[in-house]
Amino acid sequence: MSTESIAWPSTTAASPSFVDHLHEWVTTVDHKRLGILYIVYALVFLVIGGVEATVIRIQLIRPHNDFVSPQVFNRMFTMHGTTMIFFVAMPILFGFANYLIPLMIGARDMAFPRLNAFSFWMTAFGGLLLYFSLVGANGLYGAGNAPDVGWFAYAPLTSQTFSLGHSTDFWTLALLVSGFGSIGTAINIVATILCLRCPGMTLAKMPLFAWLNLVMSGLVILAVSPLTAAQVMLLLDRYLGAHFFDTQAGGSAVIWMHFFWIFGHPEVYVLVLPAFAFASEIIPVFSRKPIFGYPVMVGATVAIGFISMSVWAHHMFTVGMGASVNTFFVISTMAIAVPTGIKIFNWLATMWGGKIEFKAPMLFCIAFLFQFLIAGLTGVMMSAAPFDWQLGNSYFVVAHFHYVIVGGILFCLFGAFYYWFPKMSGKMYSETLGKLHFWLFLIGFHLTFDFMHIPGLLGMPRRIYTYEPGRGWDIWNLIVTIGVFFQALGTVVFVANLLWSYFKGKAAGSDPWDAWTLEWSTNSPPPAYNFSLIPTVKSRRPLWDLKHPDDPDWKYE
Amino acid sequence: MRSRGSINWRVLGSQILVCVNCNAAGLSNPTSPLSPTNIFSPASTPAKSIFELSLFVLAVTGTIFLVVFTLLLYSVVRFRKRKNDDGREPAQVYGSNQVELAWTVIPVLIVVALFMATARVIASVQKAARPDDAVEVVAIGHQFWWEYRYPALGVVTANELHVPVSDDSHPTPTFIKLLSADTDHSFWIPRLAGKTDLIPNHPNSMWIDPHETGVYLGQCAQYCGTQHAKMLLRVYVQPRADFDRWIQQQRQTATTTDAASQGQRIFETTACINCHTVAGTVANGHFGPDLTHLMTRDTIAAGGAKNTPENLRQWILNPASIKPGSLMPAMQLSDPELDALTNYLETLR
Repeated sequence: MSTESIAWPSTTAASPSFVDHLHEWVTTVDHKRLGILYIVYALVFLVIGGVEATVIRIQLIRPHNDFVSPQVFNRMFTMHGTTMIFFVAMPILFGFANYLIPLMIGARDMAFPRLNAFSFWMTAFGGLLLYFSLVGANGLYGAGNAPDVGWFAYAPLTSQTFSLGHSTDFWTLALLVSGFGSIGTAINIVATILCLRCPGMTLAKMPLFAWLNLVMSGLVILAVSPLTAAQVMLLLDRYLGAHFFDTQAGGSAVIWMHFFWIFGHPEVYVLVLPAFAFASEIIPVFSRKPIFGYPVMVGATVAIGFISMSVWAHHMFTVGMGASVNTFFVISTMAIAVPTGIKIFNWLATMWGGKIEFKAPMLFCIAFLFQFLIAGLTGVMMSAAPFDWQLGNSYFVVAHFHYVIVGGILFCLFGAFYYWFPKMSGKMYSETLGKLHFWLFLIGFHLTFDFMHIPGLLGMPRRIYTYEPGRGWDIWNLIVTIGVFFQALGTVVFVANLLWSYFKGKAAGSDPWDAWTLEWSTNSPPPAYNFSLIPTVKSRRPLWDLKHPDDPDWKYE
Repeated sequence: MRSRGSINWRVLGSQILVCVNCNAAGLSNPTSPLSPTNIFSPASTPAKSIFELSLFVLAVTGTIFLVVFTLLLYSVVRFRKRKNDDGREPAQVYGSNQVELAWTVIPVLIVVALFMATARVIASVQKAARPDDAVEVVAIGHQFWWEYRYPALGVVTANELHVPVSDDSHPTPTFIKLLSADTDHSFWIPRLAGKTDLIPNHPNSMWIDPHETGVYLGQCAQYCGTQHAKMLLRVYVQPRADFDRWIQQQRQTATTTDAASQGQRIFETTACINCHTVAGTVANGHFGPDLTHLMTRDTIAAGGAKNTPENLRQWILNPASIKPGSLMPAMQLSDPELDALTNYLETLR
């Protein structure tokens, strides 16, 4: 292989200028840099999406509030949902997968480094397209602003008749473009895990992190494709006179729902499996025990992957599907609770008999276990279709899925940030600020999302910009809004911690947690080539074997 | 301030809903101390079946929560790293097939039980037989109001649905066919039934059989555009005799009086009649609510404001001031024209 094409910047040269740096980052195909780009990009959008959520909550702080107009409110919840799912959650999880998977399986990069860069930039430009709607959506119609069709954009609200201007087009194009990015990354992750594992690492010896991301990537390929197809159909409807979803010309609004949710529900698992992956790495290390029931955890993950493809229409129990179809989706939805429950039990068993250290990553993971338990149980409640006829599209649902996404996924993500920050930056974060962040965010989370269930039980539908007094909703909405400010404060502490630690933190060393997976065997931050020698492994915890030659894992596995 | 656009609960029959101020309104309904839209305060069979199922589901999930939460709390406290830790690693346990089997089989059994209970309720609600004497209503969702048609009774009205009470001696359920004129909507009166969507090109149906008279509230539960929030639902459950009287009255055409003839002329010579119907006159538009018996309704703007002369005048002057995004345009009328028009509308009883 030619070595001439690989020109690493010389270490002896004078310190590179800003333009040199920029050029390096823009043209990089290194999985670690792309991972960091994904993460930083997503953090920027996290702040934007958070501001949108805050606007929504200020508007709802009391009945008949007029902080924003209904038009602005509708744009806010559309942009909040779209941003958080497509431009925060997915990229940030892809970022961690990108950064960590090659390191964990003892590889030097992803299987397709250029596809990796292409995928990142597709995702990045998708996000920019979405926000360009703020200036570009007017078009020749003189109508339109940010999209206001809701993040699941039900037909026929997206047709030319009901959505003038180009706001819906920007929404569609943003998802179309970033969808290709997601599929590219998913293919890359699958290829990397299947082909680039280091010698000795059979599929049964991979870290759970890799397994969970493998299944997640399979789901991305299966789920994002129909969404992308639906977006093309919507564009055909809007510009070429097709009538897929145009109910006024005999099209079907229900078909859009099916297309959207056959993406939308696996998408939940696309987001939550990487969160499980973080927990499956962090909980064992801070309990000082191997993961309990590794083969069962793998089996449960694969089961979740399969079942999650057959539950989508539980988002449509109120659509009028008929008793037998509803019944089918009840049983498939309830079935998915079994492998998910098994996972929770295995994490608990991992902690059982361990020596639990309450460092920031572990605190976030313990809170995750508690919150994900509740999120799962409210999910079981809504899987009972008749109960969902009451709860669906109410604030109970909003509380439920924020419990999953914030209480489950975001808490794990914060844990992951603290756990791998020393590896990525080479610096140790401030444990004091980390704990402050944890407690602020925990209080804010529970103020907001515990109390958000109640107005849903009292009949408050989602997506209303204002509500009548006298329905018993006022006090709950006030508490919910107060919680938002605690969360915002916690997030400020988090960002401050990252910045402060990056510039002023102590050197972390290569293995600050006395951990067991391969990424901790190389420098912090790892060199561009990751490992000077490709490692060989004999068990799931190669570093444990190294540290305990008298009692290695491979004797027991 | 808070009272703008708010609604006092109307009185029906002899029931008195005391409303000292808006905050007390939620307490005014004796069967539902928390909220007039509380899903745990059912007053009709579908809502009651759901309520009973929900108690079972809550009991099961609540038990699971308590067990797992206790285990979690116990392990966090019991297995925390102590101050006097010896620095040795704990026993390395890799798993146990028996334990795994136990926590697979038990959840499977729980799921089976939950599923059977759920399937029963789905069938009982969705496959309920429709008696011959059931009242038949067609509800049509519009941006952002509700049209109600009683095809067998020859009545068309808007926003306030009237149905007879269904007591054990005379069970008279109301079957509602759900259609949409434009985008998706959802019909949700939490105390009467779960929600069912109104989807264009996809007729749906649902049924209610309210056991007590009174006003039941709800609102559109599927995002349908700018004014989704003020697409409120009001269901008036009346004794059979009152309901029959209401039907008789709604079947009349409008009576016109000379005193309101100026307002009527304005109504019939501006764009009002393109969208609104007043039976017995030239006004036969279908885009907006039927106004033939406007003054028999408690609210205007799909529940967005009380039906008072001031609100009515303000609504005609500038609908967006009450309901921004409403599809009714401001008609640019002068003050005398507004007065005359309001005057005319007030004769539509």
